[in-house]
Amino acid sequence: MNKTVTFRIWRGDATAGKFVDYTTEITEGLVVLDVVHKIQATQANDLACSWNCKAGKCGSCSAEVNGMPKLMCMTRMDTLDISKPITIEPMRAFPSVRDLVTDVSWNFRVKTKIKKFKPRTPDAPDGTWRMQQEDVDRVQEFRKCIECFLCQDVCHVLRDHHKHEEFIGPRFLVYTAALEMHPLDTEDRIPELKQAHGIGFCNITKCCTKVCPEHITITDNAIIPLKERVVDEFYDPFGWLWKALRPKG
Amino acid sequence: MATNYETFEYDVLVIGAGGAGLRAAIEASAAGMKVGLICKSLLGKAHTVMAEGGMAAAMGNVDDRDSWKVHFADTMRGGQYVNNWRMAELHAKEAPERVHELEAWGAVFDRTKEGKISQRNFGGHRYPRLAHVGDRTGLELIRTLQDHGIHQGITVHMEYTIVSLLKDGERVVGAFGYDRERGRFRIFKAKAVVVCTGGLGRCYRVTSNSWEGTGDGVSLAYHAGAELLDMEFIQFHPTGMIWPPSVMGILVTESVRGEGGVLKNKEGRRFMYDDIPENYKSQTSLDPEEGWRYTQNDKNAKRPPELLTRDHVARCINREVKAGRGSPHGGVFLDIAWIKEKIPNSAEHIKRKLPSMYHQFMQLANLDITKEPMEVGPTTHYAMGGIRVNGDTQATNVPGLFAAGECAAGLHGANRLGGNSLSDLIVFGKRAGEYAAKYAKENPAGNVSEDQVATAYREAVEPFEHPAGSGSEGPYQVQYDLQNMMQNNVGIVRLQNEMETALAGIQQLKARAAKVAVQGHLEYNPGWHTAIDLKHLLTVAEAITMASLDRKESRGGHFREDYPNKDPEAAKYNSVISKGADGSMKFRREPIPPMPEALKQVIEEMK
Repeated sequence: MNKTVTFRIWRGDATAGKFVDYTTEITEGLVVLDVVHKIQATQANDLACSWNCKAGKCGSCSAEVNGMPKLMCMTRMDTLDISKPITIEPMRAFPSVRDLVTDVSWNFRVKTKIKKFKPRTPDAPDGTWRMQQEDVDRVQEFRKCIECFLCQDVCHVLRDHHKHEEFIGPRFLVYTAALEMHPLDTEDRIPELKQAHGIGFCNITKCCTKVCPEHITITDNAIIPLKERVVDEFYDPFGWLWKALRPKG
Repeated sequence: MATNYETFEYDVLVIGAGGAGLRAAIEASAAGMKVGLICKSLLGKAHTVMAEGGMAAAMGNVDDRDSWKVHFADTMRGGQYVNNWRMAELHAKEAPERVHELEAWGAVFDRTKEGKISQRNFGGHRYPRLAHVGDRTGLELIRTLQDHGIHQGITVHMEYTIVSLLKDGERVVGAFGYDRERGRFRIFKAKAVVVCTGGLGRCYRVTSNSWEGTGDGVSLAYHAGAELLDMEFIQFHPTGMIWPPSVMGILVTESVRGEGGVLKNKEGRRFMYDDIPENYKSQTSLDPEEGWRYTQNDKNAKRPPELLTRDHVARCINREVKAGRGSPHGGVFLDIAWIKEKIPNSAEHIKRKLPSMYHQFMQLANLDITKEPMEVGPTTHYAMGGIRVNGDTQATNVPGLFAAGECAAGLHGANRLGGNSLSDLIVFGKRAGEYAAKYAKENPAGNVSEDQVATAYREAVEPFEHPAGSGSEGPYQVQYDLQNMMQNNVGIVRLQNEMETALAGIQQLKARAAKVAVQGHLEYNPGWHTAIDLKHLLTVAEAITMASLDRKESRGGHFREDYPNKDPEAAKYNSVISKGADGSMKFRREPIPPMPEALKQVIEEMK
């Protein structure tokens, strides 16, 4: 049952790197991360890769497998063609640290710039709220996000055009959507979505939706409704008129 | 020289950024403290994300008969009465408030028809009690705390590993560690330190714990002089994945059984009916139809035996497999697909109730749980034992050192109920943060001697100095050997001679670990990290084995084939482990303090 496979793994750091071939035997039922671990334990003790839960729940082992952004722990070997070498490389939208590890700290900085959750006053005297399940279904979809940043990796605005300073990327549009559509939230994040957070850069190619391991419908359910809110706020002439005429206070 | 290292100074340093660590950091920060938070991985990736079923809190949203008293009694019964009763009391009383607080910080729990936080059934809980979000409650908890915490002014140090706590006399005054990315060492000075490092499952071969669960905090605290409590009590979760081999140990949530899943052996028999413990007979149904109704929230139905406590279910599975009645890959069958007999559109129902289980099996095992049964077996899941703490303040016996979450001991006694872990994190994480802040306000900063920093550094980089090549070995082989030995000799079923073998074996492994050789550089070097983890793994393995050898009875997570019954005398003490003056591990029994009459009465009422 054992088969031989060659992994072509990118080795290097921020300054330089190259692909190195490792050939190893695999058994039934392995995922890509198992094979990387086997190579790490037997052939390259210093091969750097991030991982934690190994069950698709923490989003640490993001990488590009044969050029596709994937969680290594959720990519079964029997879904890959092992007659050819399998390339494993780090996410390319972020700076390299070493081997398969990238510096994703930009994502953590971006998140702090988004205004935090601000709930309305509680509905009940005991300080609790009432919400119906159907009113939280959409937000719960967004909150499934495991922050693997594969959507950021595949987004051409970040990956090819390097707009990291002007665009927060699909992950944080989903995050903003989760806050904006939260039934209890009272904050307004629409002005900065248009300006500092650059939602206009997204031209809805839906690559992010395609790679999301949690199957969040990023573009249709999060980004497009946010774009509509921005339009309503800034480009709707009736809206302007209403805002100009409505009683202040 | 200490002055060569970049030094950070805090009022409160929290080591570990899972649920307990984040909650402690938020609390200390809210008290006006300057707080540093150390993550072994990236923020938000800690093992808390793996918790699936929910967090137990007696809010009474689904069944208003629930109250803190019932929750307290359930927790004590589950822990078989060796729990720290004060912690069990505080936990039951404070959990609802902590859950509501999460909602105020943005958590989005599943709802009841009245729009309240929904609560689900779980093993050992008398009423539906677990606030949950599908089967990803842990992710919701950690993300809520993370997203709240990043606006609190906490300084987060990601991908740092602490190798030693720093002391000034008897008092802990900081920690010494390195960053994974560059291997640069740092000094973290603090007036108070809170250890929230989670589990130690990695000293077993089959475990639900990630690579981080190497018992760091328990070991760091022990070497700094803290006492460890009840280390023999390890929870083997009854349902881990067993096939394919690469996913062995990964958790299959108890919610599968809570939603009506049943356990069967290869003959198709629901073997859990064959062995129902005396103290649960009055609460358990012998009628499968009634058991089903229980899972569908029929208040008058009693629970099915699949929802007995985890220790018991795990042993029953073990028994079936040993008797040759197991599934093809050495487990038993867990079947949720059968509910199609009961509800229309069951596939959609299962996918909605258990979304991550559906995906986990679909993606990793190519198995559709709405159509076929899963194969499951026990996996090392949780350490009930750990650092001994004061029930109210989470202070250890070492001044300036606090602990909370899985690495602390007491709340769960001999066996933890599912759902009591997430609530443990927020109740005692909060308390640890609060009392660490208080301590930091009352005490000036301590001094860190250059000597101890130099010693800690030397020990950490020593593996690089060992010559590679013939006669030396890498850290991985030692780790494998330890995991196999613990799995085989101090596992789910224990025997005197096997544990004696393990105790001797640990000494040999210590000698090998002291000689392991590592190549390469300090930057992101997994071989070196494994060498450092080995010290922690060996420390906790020795403590587990030593405590297990002494307890000559079976109770909760500690089951001895040579002493299969409970000994009433052994219910009167806790196991305490400490580091002796000569550096060797010391064991002693300590009487459990008498329970106040009021609490005794609660237990009587709930019998």
